[in-house]
Amino acid sequence: MIFSTNPWVWVAAILTLCIFSFLYRENPFYRFAEHLFVGVSAGYGVAVYFNNAIMPNLYVPVFVHHDYLFIIPGLIGMMFFFRFSSKLGFLILIPLAMLLGMSSGMGIAPTIQADIIRQMQSTIGDATSAGQGGWALVWGIVTFIGVIATLSYFFFSREQKGALKVSANIGIWFIMIGFGASFGNTVMARISLLIGRVQFLLTDWIHIIK
Amino acid sequence: MRSITVIGLILLGSAAALTQPMPAAPADPAPPPVQPPGLVTAMDTPNDAGNSISVDWRPSPDEAQGLVEGYVVYRSESAEAPESLWTRVGYVPYGLNQSRDQSVPENGMDFFYRVRVVSRLGASAVSQASNPARSSEQWYNSMRTNALIASLLFVAIVVYFITMAQKGQHLFVRRIAGLSAVEEAVGRATEMGRPILFVPGLSSISDVATIAALNILGQVAKKTAEYDTPLLVPNRDPVVYTVAQEVVKEAYSEIGRPDAYNHDSVFYLTDSQMGFASGVDGIMTRERPATNFFMGMFWAESLILAETGAATGAIQIAGTDAIHQLPFFITACDYTLIGEELYAASAYLARDPKLLGTLKGQDWSKALIVLLLVAGLALSLINPGVRGFILNILTVG
Repeated sequence: MIFSTNPWVWVAAILTLCIFSFLYRENPFYRFAEHLFVGVSAGYGVAVYFNNAIMPNLYVPVFVHHDYLFIIPGLIGMMFFFRFSSKLGFLILIPLAMLLGMSSGMGIAPTIQADIIRQMQSTIGDATSAGQGGWALVWGIVTFIGVIATLSYFFFSREQKGALKVSANIGIWFIMIGFGASFGNTVMARISLLIGRVQFLLTDWIHIIK
Repeated sequence: MRSITVIGLILLGSAAALTQPMPAAPADPAPPPVQPPGLVTAMDTPNDAGNSISVDWRPSPDEAQGLVEGYVVYRSESAEAPESLWTRVGYVPYGLNQSRDQSVPENGMDFFYRVRVVSRLGASAVSQASNPARSSEQWYNSMRTNALIASLLFVAIVVYFITMAQKGQHLFVRRIAGLSAVEEAVGRATEMGRPILFVPGLSSISDVATIAALNILGQVAKKTAEYDTPLLVPNRDPVVYTVAQEVVKEAYSEIGRPDAYNHDSVFYLTDSQMGFASGVDGIMTRERPATNFFMGMFWAESLILAETGAATGAIQIAGTDAIHQLPFFITACDYTLIGEELYAASAYLARDPKLLGTLKGQDWSKALIVLLLVAGLALSLINPGVRGFILNILTVG
């Protein structure tokens, strides 16, 4: 076993082990790594926001290109600082309202397009794809039933009784089968993250794996 | 002995062959010529924000013989420009005879296009210049008319139900299993003298799930104010943090206990996803909240949070519309609000006419979608000719 001579590899390895120590219980080593991680990432986040938001969207347009229109969104953004004032704190509602209104307005059309219209097109298209025949048609019809039943599960205006209950129960089966598949798929991805970390320890730190 | 003689003769023959002068290598023959593409047509790309021109051409007649590898598209400001002033703007492999130049430098200015065919053997031939074309921006995307109609219809339904709710009409919303647990969970924390942890997701304020989570936070905060139970609300997004603080403060004021509001109960942790997860894990293991709420948008940290919470023995209620995280919450939490149940929960708890009206509007929009799906399927089966028409009107650009 030959240990790495790179001090930064040692730092990363020790911090990795500190985080892994949480598997035993919460302890001072984990607490140290956690506080370091939170603190460093918060500080780093400030630098990222400054460089990715303030510099290209406010400083460069105003002070380099002399495009003074950018001062308006800059001032609106700065209104968030009114939260520190007890008298003028209500003014932060202005940037908040703009942010929410703009993002909702921009989000409605693409959502309707992608999540409703395209889904409807695929559902009808697959269930009536007689040209493909065989299993494609069967899966198309199963998908159609699944869509209708799942939508009925999310109908909140009626008690789930009678036909609605039957349909909702079928819907929850479809949902759970979908979640099961998604669960397995995602767990595989998470295992690969663990493998990546263990590989780092065995390869870069103690050089067991060449 | 005889075999040795044979081998010797072969070696001698080889040596003799090597000593003979080599014939001169023939020069590489020029690749057979390839015929250029036919008529090249350029036009402004419709339904876009400008700076784009669509180019199409008749394929080279040699494509049918499988000799063509692809087409290179060139742009110039003049049809008669010398070779050096034609800028390469695209390449498409054989089988395709159209390209979109999305790097047009200026709207409203004429540009010409030429297409060079490249053969598999290295030959090439260039077409005649296209007609002049100028890009422009369109204020209306006609391919999205269906989305506009659907949006207007949806908004009309929602506005109708909000109006009904504001007029005082009773709008029924069925009970959702996870919500019955909210009161129980707050009561349990009070009895145990432990805090309640509420994580309003990791997304920004523009996410619908975050807004729904903040509505639920308001209701939970009212209960914690009522029972004097400590509340912990860690945040990842600075704007969400600001709003969450206002929501909790207002909830305490509404209950008539503004003095009980602890300014430090809502706090900012970090912007880093995993940094936030490790921070919340630490809080869960140190503060040992009796109840954990995970409401809003979550990503890969969902299982890390929910699993740690389960290990501390807390009652956990989760709600998200993140499809890939729902399986983790379902397995690790006591109650999970699935997808739209999260939005319904905020309306159910808040009983706000706007939220109730919106929920009702969504419900009847879903009913309309089911109706249209069934009608579309029936019509397509009765008359297969209608199928194409239905699929066409559902096409979005």
